[in-house]
Amino acid sequence: MLVLLNNFIKKIVILIFLVGFNGSSLAEESKIEFISTDWTFKGVFGTFDRASLQRGYQVYQEVCSGCHSMQHLSYRNLYEKGGPEFSEKEAKAIAAQFEVTDGPNSEGEMFQRPARLSDKFVKPFPNVKAAAAANDGAYPPDMSVLAKARKGGADYIYSLLLGYEDPPSDIQLDDGVYYNKFMSGNKIKMAQPLLDGAVEYADGTQATEKQMAKDVTTFLVWAAEPHLEARHKMGFKVFLFLIILLTLVYLSKQKVWSRFGSKNLEEEETFDKIEKAVTEYEGEDPKTFK
Amino acid sequence: MTKKIHTKRRDFLFTATYTIGAVGVGATIWPLIDQMNPDSSVKALATTEVDVSNIEPGTSITVLWRGKPIFIRRRTQEEIKEASEVDLKDLKHPEKDSDRAKNPEWLVMVGVCTHLGCVPLGEKGEYKGWFCPCHGSHYDTSGRIRKGPAPINLEIPKYEFVDNNTIKIG
Amino acid sequence: MSETKYIPKSKFGKWFDSRLPLLTLSHHLTSYPTPKNLNYWWTFGGILTFCLMTQIVTGIILAMHYVAHTDHAFESIEHIMRDINYGWLIRYVHSNGASMFFLAVYIHIFRGLYFGSYKAPREMIWITGLIIYLLMMATAFMGYVLPWGQMSFWGATVITNLFSAIPLIGESITGWLWGGFSVDNPTLNRFYSLHYLLPFLIFGLVVLHIWSLHIPGNNNPVGIDVKKNSNETMPFHPYMVMKDLVALLTFILIFFGFVFFLPNVLGHPDNYIPADPLVTPAHIVPEWYLLPFYAILRAIPSKLGGVIFMFASIFILMALPWLDSSKVRSSSFRPIYRKFFWVLVFVVILLGYLGAKPPEGIYLILARIGTAYYFIHFLVLLPLLGRYEKTDPLPMSIADPVLHKPGIVDKFKEMAGSYEGENVGTFK
Repeated sequence: MLVLLNNFIKKIVILIFLVGFNGSSLAEESKIEFISTDWTFKGVFGTFDRASLQRGYQVYQEVCSGCHSMQHLSYRNLYEKGGPEFSEKEAKAIAAQFEVTDGPNSEGEMFQRPARLSDKFVKPFPNVKAAAAANDGAYPPDMSVLAKARKGGADYIYSLLLGYEDPPSDIQLDDGVYYNKFMSGNKIKMAQPLLDGAVEYADGTQATEKQMAKDVTTFLVWAAEPHLEARHKMGFKVFLFLIILLTLVYLSKQKVWSRFGSKNLEEEETFDKIEKAVTEYEGEDPKTFK
Repeated sequence: MTKKIHTKRRDFLFTATYTIGAVGVGATIWPLIDQMNPDSSVKALATTEVDVSNIEPGTSITVLWRGKPIFIRRRTQEEIKEASEVDLKDLKHPEKDSDRAKNPEWLVMVGVCTHLGCVPLGEKGEYKGWFCPCHGSHYDTSGRIRKGPAPINLEIPKYEFVDNNTIKIG
Repeated sequence: MSETKYIPKSKFGKWFDSRLPLLTLSHHLTSYPTPKNLNYWWTFGGILTFCLMTQIVTGIILAMHYVAHTDHAFESIEHIMRDINYGWLIRYVHSNGASMFFLAVYIHIFRGLYFGSYKAPREMIWITGLIIYLLMMATAFMGYVLPWGQMSFWGATVITNLFSAIPLIGESITGWLWGGFSVDNPTLNRFYSLHYLLPFLIFGLVVLHIWSLHIPGNNNPVGIDVKKNSNETMPFHPYMVMKDLVALLTFILIFFGFVFFLPNVLGHPDNYIPADPLVTPAHIVPEWYLLPFYAILRAIPSKLGGVIFMFASIFILMALPWLDSSKVRSSSFRPIYRKFFWVLVFVVILLGYLGAKPPEGIYLILARIGTAYYFIHFLVLLPLLGRYEKTDPLPMSIADPVLHKPGIVDKFKEMAGSYEGENVGTFK
């Protein structure tokens, strides 16, 4: 009876496995392959390309910031280590281009002043509702952690920026809705933001659509994870340290256990037993052996 | 003989393991401590600009800078005279008034008693300067400690006149 | 217990220990006899203690900077990640630490299942362990709500709504849980309070868990009773401590691999979108460690039924020492149970996979088969196996089973052969 049961279980396992496998391969079909590029920040030793980050900020500033806020970043982040690393003077000049509301002053009134390094990035709209109202009901998401808030991260954002196409003939688009290969449902309310030459790079880099998409995506990845470089660096050191410590602890453990006899204690005892059995069988002392 | 070498190597191994392990524990503890230090957003709040055009001689205002009160007093000629004529030998913490107030008309100080951190009251005390109600420290019109438990004078923050009407603190 | 009574050497030691027996306790803990054949699957108790301490320490630190208010929670997490010195490190250790905690606890539980560690006289270890596991799930769930992202909010909404399935009082219970008409600021505040409290309850239960372990002593891979203070045991310190350390450091290596190089891979991207009560994400999924239960919940076509089965799937484990009537502990000597054990492992992993998939079509069918098997395993198979399974003969001592390892005997034969110059294969 148990043998039967055993075979039955085997069959079920195989069945479940096969069906599960087919199921998962079905799911694979609907997956879209994102466009990828040679990101410098990927991998264990990944770091940001400073020039790309600086250009990326320019693209954000000139193209995106009209609608997309970045409320968790401060102007000081622009010169802090691990980021675009503008000089402090440049970062101050960037901040000073923006007006922030401060106050109340001694008369109890709010007033406008130029932004300082300690201020957060100025938002294009005072709140989510105002942003949605100004954009035909679609709220342009805050970009501070956007690269972490989308499946696919950098690749997704890069692909989306390059994914605008003419819609297939069977799809009707309403006014103010655009077709994008990589948007879920393929319909997006943001018009194609990057067209060749949309910005003029200060460092003379050709502002192609791809170049701008790459730069602004790099900038967004940094914005979402400003300590990425520090994390990678520390991680490498920690790993090196842990491997050394693990080796030492392992050797110490072997030493300590050797006090208790051989590390293969059981094996040794087995040999003792077999030896004893052999002795009984042979009627002589096999100790001389080996 | 072999046993001795054996023991030595074992000791070395254990010592090395303990040492490296202790380094690891130390390195782990540092982030746990450092996280309580002022963070980068706090450190960035370095400066405050204050409009002083409305302050009449003989009055003062208190503004907040880095979470601490800053006294800005427009002193009268009498107060300046009184402050500058004090003999330095009489002071617990000798400082010239001219060193404390770059522009003698304006006195800018951190309004925190140097004893235990209370906020002193203005135009009070035996020296007509400030008086700390907590433990009775008397400061003169230059904010110098004259009587009471406070060890040093009221602190002068880093500040500058951006123009005639604006002081930038920090 | 047969342990020798500890007497402090110094006079002060005697004075102190007779009033507060900390020295006796520490002597007991260090000299605690452990079976010498414990394998690396037995190191997860130590690893779990490390996990709990890591979560408590990093959690207390995060609480210094976190703001439990719907308007500021998300922002304060970003503040921790960007501005606080080493804030990103501490937060990533805490968030990935939760996952690693569950990884370790699952291995710990399945080790117990494989080697029969729940059987007499260790039922209380098993039950306190399960209560710890339940509290861990509650703590992790509430912790996941705190960043106030989309998954936080909707996860909280879905899980608290489970209680609305209870007839008559369901609605009042959800209102009571929320402190309002939906998940909102009062909910966030109380979850924060409880998230801070529960780990200390877990800590207390861990003390009970270890206490109940130290009465009968460790089970072991062979599953037979060992003679304490014989050559079958070795003191906990330094032998097991060193072995635990090797395992712990290996575990930390994997743990930090996530922290430093894949810190967000175990979380859901939607939780980096601030909570929005007006928009539900396309797929609400709990953290990976709760997925098998989520699959069971959705496999049952009725709301109340799903909730009952989900909770039953955990509580059934509490009855395990009595459901499994076999006297043999270790699966090494239970050829059929051993197979079912691996089927159970497979089914639980499958349920976890299905929990992340939409409950439709083939996924739903598989989830139902998996759920059915899960309950059949505990309620039908185990009692039957206890009665009908023919177990392999148990060895007399924990040193014996290696005799059955063919490799060693062959090795001996080979050596003996070279010595004797003849075939000794006939021996024995």
